[in-house]
Amino acid sequence: MNLPTYPKSRDPHGEDPHGEDPRHAEAVRLAVRSVEVAAALARVLPAGAILAGREQTQPYECDGLTAFRVLPMIVVLPENEAQLAAALRTCHRLGVPVVARGAGTGLSGGALPHRAGVTVSLAKFNKILKVDPLSCTAVVQCGVRNLAISEAAAPFGLYYAPDPSSQIACTIGGNVAENSGGVHCLKYGLTLHNVMRVRGLTAAGEPVEFGSEALDVPGLDLLAIVIGSEGMLAVTTEVTVKLVPRPELARCMLASFATVEDAGEAVANVIAKGIVPAGLELMDRRMTEVAENFVHAGYDLSAAAILLCESDGTPEEVEEEIAAMSRVLTASGATRIEVSRDEAQRLKFWSGRKNAFPASGGISPDYMCMDSTIPRRKLAQMLLAIEGMEVKYGLRCVNVFHAGDGNLHPLILFDASDPDQFRRCELFGAEILEESLRFGGTITGEHGVGVEKLNSMCVQFSPAERDRFLAVKRAFDAQELLNPGKVIPTLQRCAEYGKMHVHRGMMPFPELPRF
Amino acid sequence: MSAMPREIARLVDRMRAARARHAPLQIVGGGTKAFYGEAPRGEPLCLRDLAGITSYEPSELVVTVRAGTPLAELENALAAKGQCLPFEPPRFASGGTVGGMVAAGIAGPSRAAVGALRDYVLGLTLLDGRGELLRFGGQVMKNVAGYDISRLIAGSWGVLGIICEVSLKVLAAPADTATLEFEWGEQRALQELARWRAQPLPLRASAWCDGGLRIRLAGSRAAVLEARTRLGGTAVDRQAAFAFWQSVRDHRHEFFALAADELEQGTALWRLSVPPTAEPCSLSGRQFIEWGGAQRWWRTGAPAAELRAAGVGAGGHATLVRAADKSAGAFAPVGGELMRIHRALKDAFDPERILNPGRLYADL
Repeated sequence: MNLPTYPKSRDPHGEDPHGEDPRHAEAVRLAVRSVEVAAALARVLPAGAILAGREQTQPYECDGLTAFRVLPMIVVLPENEAQLAAALRTCHRLGVPVVARGAGTGLSGGALPHRAGVTVSLAKFNKILKVDPLSCTAVVQCGVRNLAISEAAAPFGLYYAPDPSSQIACTIGGNVAENSGGVHCLKYGLTLHNVMRVRGLTAAGEPVEFGSEALDVPGLDLLAIVIGSEGMLAVTTEVTVKLVPRPELARCMLASFATVEDAGEAVANVIAKGIVPAGLELMDRRMTEVAENFVHAGYDLSAAAILLCESDGTPEEVEEEIAAMSRVLTASGATRIEVSRDEAQRLKFWSGRKNAFPASGGISPDYMCMDSTIPRRKLAQMLLAIEGMEVKYGLRCVNVFHAGDGNLHPLILFDASDPDQFRRCELFGAEILEESLRFGGTITGEHGVGVEKLNSMCVQFSPAERDRFLAVKRAFDAQELLNPGKVIPTLQRCAEYGKMHVHRGMMPFPELPRF
Repeated sequence: MSAMPREIARLVDRMRAARARHAPLQIVGGGTKAFYGEAPRGEPLCLRDLAGITSYEPSELVVTVRAGTPLAELENALAAKGQCLPFEPPRFASGGTVGGMVAAGIAGPSRAAVGALRDYVLGLTLLDGRGELLRFGGQVMKNVAGYDISRLIAGSWGVLGIICEVSLKVLAAPADTATLEFEWGEQRALQELARWRAQPLPLRASAWCDGGLRIRLAGSRAAVLEARTRLGGTAVDRQAAFAFWQSVRDHRHEFFALAADELEQGTALWRLSVPPTAEPCSLSGRQFIEWGGAQRWWRTGAPAAELRAAGVGAGGHATLVRAADKSAGAFAPVGGELMRIHRALKDAFDPERILNPGRLYADL
């Protein structure tokens, strides 16, 4: 995977770097604490399961968002639920923050360590416990990779539908934490729609089960809130996922458009016709060029934007849907339409889209990937707004969208060795998020808030709403030990961010109805 | 902040006044589900004035509706654009509202194929028990900003807050449907349903009762036609099939009708929610199976303890839906740590226990 690098590591929990003495005192306190906590953990875990010291903990200092790096105080690698429970109980008793970690592929810093905390690597929870073709479910441990589930289900003609682009590496536990999507979630749903049951442990080490292998549970639907909670409510250990029959056939169409407005309109028209394509992706001209140069997928370089539309199902269904989509796309002004002849060509069409990120890494030293969602009908307006921002911040941006569900991944290109470019890039990103809110959207569609979008949470939610998030957190974890400091910004942080953004005593976006 | 609609302002005043007086409120929409769950108590707070479709963008597949809007009005508006609520919420009587639908979180015959009601909730505005208006989620398909509180509210029976407005994902109504019938006993029906589940079939709903299995296919014309040929069975006339599925959805099918004297004599309607592959239960009474085996209704006079044990034994739970005596509890109890979390969530949203107290569990 080609991940961006950044000029300097930043520790959101860190002290003021200019005051030398407090930092030294803090380092001493940390070292003492580390010895105390390691000794307590050593009483409940096997010797090899505890890592301490920079050489051992450095591999855990960041996740896929490498701009943020923090050395964890201690890393533990429990082998089973009993060991995990013992580690959690120990940390709970000592008041030590705990950050659970899967494969570390997250893009918002959700698995960023806490400098005075324990990072729990769940890498050893890697067994597929059951694949049941009769109930169409699989029971897997949290550290099982997303793609490994589909591979295990393949002999039964089944698969696990959500396919985040990191699916070769990311784990189901991480998918539960982030409510991950993928290019096929328009038709098949997100993690939320495909997970039936989550077993885990609370911060206090108590076993809990959310959801069920039945289709509902008595009482409140806690599963709905645990999925996407970014590891702040419980540590997932085991997951029951829904499996779906693999479609007999899939075909992909490439449609070219002379303007991005036409392409955006075409997306809305396809959906309005009642068609739910298996995938519906949009790439702007620059992204198309970059991807084409990288993998030679056969994209039309003369188009202002291209759409990839996938249809799957029985051969009869696919034929009917491809014909219907062709009619809509042509009526929406498509200048060229090409339908994949066979599976090899279909995969070739997708290869450009799937390599959008690495391809961008090839034309720029660094890039920052945004993740907001907007109503589909605003796609073209958003692209035009981003063009304006490119001029304003003096940086280029290539655009690839999960257009079918309005989820944007603009990639802002910059050079991290130039601190001013990094600063402009951050401002550019924040403006995309706030523009998305103005269009009636949200700051994150599938990558999560983590530490990356804490400031934008101040804009999207009122103080009372943020207070309820915190209250939910405390309902599960009264001492706020699980992944503290993520997702919910402090009042102070929002006050400071507000000072930069609020003018003349107005709320951000006074035109947005609060109801 | 833009001006708050008058109906909302009144609701906020009412909520705050009730809180000041420590006077419980029962949230009322159309009153069509008053029989379901534990008995409502407190002063009625009627939401029917808070009505109307706020926005509807068919090409976005999103509709935003105020809580007091009659469900029928919403379904008509969607049907006019060829769209629907795929989860088929039951209409136990006429007059049900959208807010009540979301608060109860109940889905109809298509549940196993299309997902739960909460899967279609994109966002909502909530007036919580602390008298504050809160907005969670939004109007877009993918949204992971903050915890997914709007989906926690779905099916919470009003114990955390008053739903004021909700945004729902909608889908195109299926292009074609067909209903097939098979003369099979329970065991055979469950086996065949399990076999079909693992195949790419447009299977939308199933209903087994008294030795007959009916399935509904829904999807593109090509898919429905191909599945009909592949599955065999006897085709059910289109109009009769439509009426049948409506009667299952709305509990107007004779199986679900319990006369007053039957209730008096101790017959009750139970709902067992179990993994679809659960073995047949040996209970006395009559059974109606939906959701590919995952929802099993029982008309029975058997003791509550027996039903609850059957639910747990099968890996699920049992709900006492209609009965003269609900002293056994309408909903299956929730275990220790989970119940602690339930109470803590109630404390977070409605610390004084003003909203729908006891509607879900005695201490919520």
